[in-house]
Amino acid sequence: MPVPDKRVTIDDVVASIRDGMTVGIGGWGSRRKPMALVRALLRSPVRDLTIVSYGGPEVGLLCKAGKVRRVVYSFVSLDSIALEPHFRNARQAGAVQTTELDEGMFLLGLQAAAWRVPFLPTRVGLGSDVMRLNPTLATVKSPYADGEVLVAMPALDLDVALVHMHRGDQGGTGQCLGVDPYFDDLMCMAARRRFMSVEKIVDTDEFLRLGPPQSIRINRLMTDGVVETPHGAHFTECVPDYKRDEAFQREYVASAKSDDAWDAFRAKYLDVAEDEYQAAVL
Amino acid sequence: MSTVRGGPPTRAEVCAVALAECFRGDGELLANPIGTLPTIGGRLAKATFEPALVMTDGEALLVENILPVGVDAPEKVVAGYNPYRTMFDVVWSGRRHIIMGGSQLDAYGNQNFAFIGPPEKPTTQLLGMRGAPGNTIHNKTSYWISNHSTRVMVPEVSVVCGVGNDRAANLPPEIARSHHLVRVVTNLCVCDFDTPERRMRLRSVHPGVSVADVVAATGFELAIPADVPESRLPTDDELRWIREVIDPLGLGEEEVRNP
Repeated sequence: MPVPDKRVTIDDVVASIRDGMTVGIGGWGSRRKPMALVRALLRSPVRDLTIVSYGGPEVGLLCKAGKVRRVVYSFVSLDSIALEPHFRNARQAGAVQTTELDEGMFLLGLQAAAWRVPFLPTRVGLGSDVMRLNPTLATVKSPYADGEVLVAMPALDLDVALVHMHRGDQGGTGQCLGVDPYFDDLMCMAARRRFMSVEKIVDTDEFLRLGPPQSIRINRLMTDGVVETPHGAHFTECVPDYKRDEAFQREYVASAKSDDAWDAFRAKYLDVAEDEYQAAVL
Repeated sequence: MSTVRGGPPTRAEVCAVALAECFRGDGELLANPIGTLPTIGGRLAKATFEPALVMTDGEALLVENILPVGVDAPEKVVAGYNPYRTMFDVVWSGRRHIIMGGSQLDAYGNQNFAFIGPPEKPTTQLLGMRGAPGNTIHNKTSYWISNHSTRVMVPEVSVVCGVGNDRAANLPPEIARSHHLVRVVTNLCVCDFDTPERRMRLRSVHPGVSVADVVAATGFELAIPADVPESRLPTDDELRWIREVIDPLGLGEEEVRNP
């Protein structure tokens, strides 16, 4: 049976994202981020976004470009470079609000949204300043004999999820050929509209020639659109297709040093279409 | 593999042994050291006196052989699949001992690497909460401080990410039971919390460091026993493991310079 055709363009994805929306971004740190979609978002007029992410350079870029009102995060890091310079600058200027969460609470918030329950209980947060920094975070008392008091981690409901996979088919099934799928499937399941970029769109019967069944991490119930963006996670890593571009990442970090450095970086890499970007970084 | 280093033990190697010692007696726990010297220490413990430790390759695989740090694509004896999603199952099960870093640490072991200053406009934005709130109330936790100074060892942290002993004492007993700060290893010394009020105590000073050096570099009052021993030196077998197998590139020496 032919699978549905859910192929879209980068512009279609960006057009579905409007001011004030909550956008979840897949990957982890500077790894397998949907950077082609993020770059398109940077070129769009959209603003006041709430970004939900195990954060990497996409958070810094979106903050620097003035797209972000709030970041819901447990870390923002470039992995080989611990701290994200543009995110730091935005925070230290008081330009973005944050929701400070533990990594595991973040997982539970996505899981609650995916399961359509209002919260999931956890011990995580108790004793730490997570409670002080999130005054709306409530606790619940176990209704059973133990009576334990737990944190009620609220669902992180997303308007849109953006993820990047190694391979996909036109129906929106996605295959992760790397060793860690991160939380991309949960991001999709937590969102109302789900878009997946892939390195390459293949015929459905190719999947099992490329990897085991468990590598087919995203099924098409989880996606609304798929777009082929070769080298689309650059400069984050997308192993086994390519490693992180460490030299480019250093250039990105240097762009946070001054307004002139940023202007030059933006003119060369960001105020251009995706194919021009790819030609510039080859 | 690489040039074998000779000479007497370096400060970095003393730190590696002290970090390995954090895991002594752990048996079958996931030893999860974060950072270069903690990783060297963890692998050293598994290679020598704690062979039952379960360890990762630094990413999503559990491996049974002793891997070198900083070497691309070493041969791995894979004995488990542990992506980030699965790591939380391990964390919340309690079967783990983590060594984390910290930008600020206080006398009770409250740790911060999120940000410094007011939450709406920090003077210094750091990493974020990471997994510290959950790690510290579910797992054995030790800390590695590579730059022991009054900027790091502070009277009060800006944000409590990792939960310290004073706060844990106020948690319900079923949660406090799983909270266990084991050691603080720094480039100068080893500390523990073996005092009646569970405050930080100087356990040993590294060779070449005086108690006065540690006191001067610490922004709170450390408990100091009458007799503070020197941190133990690596054995010949440990030196061989570090120099020939675990850290053939000498990355530990870059993290802590030999004085």
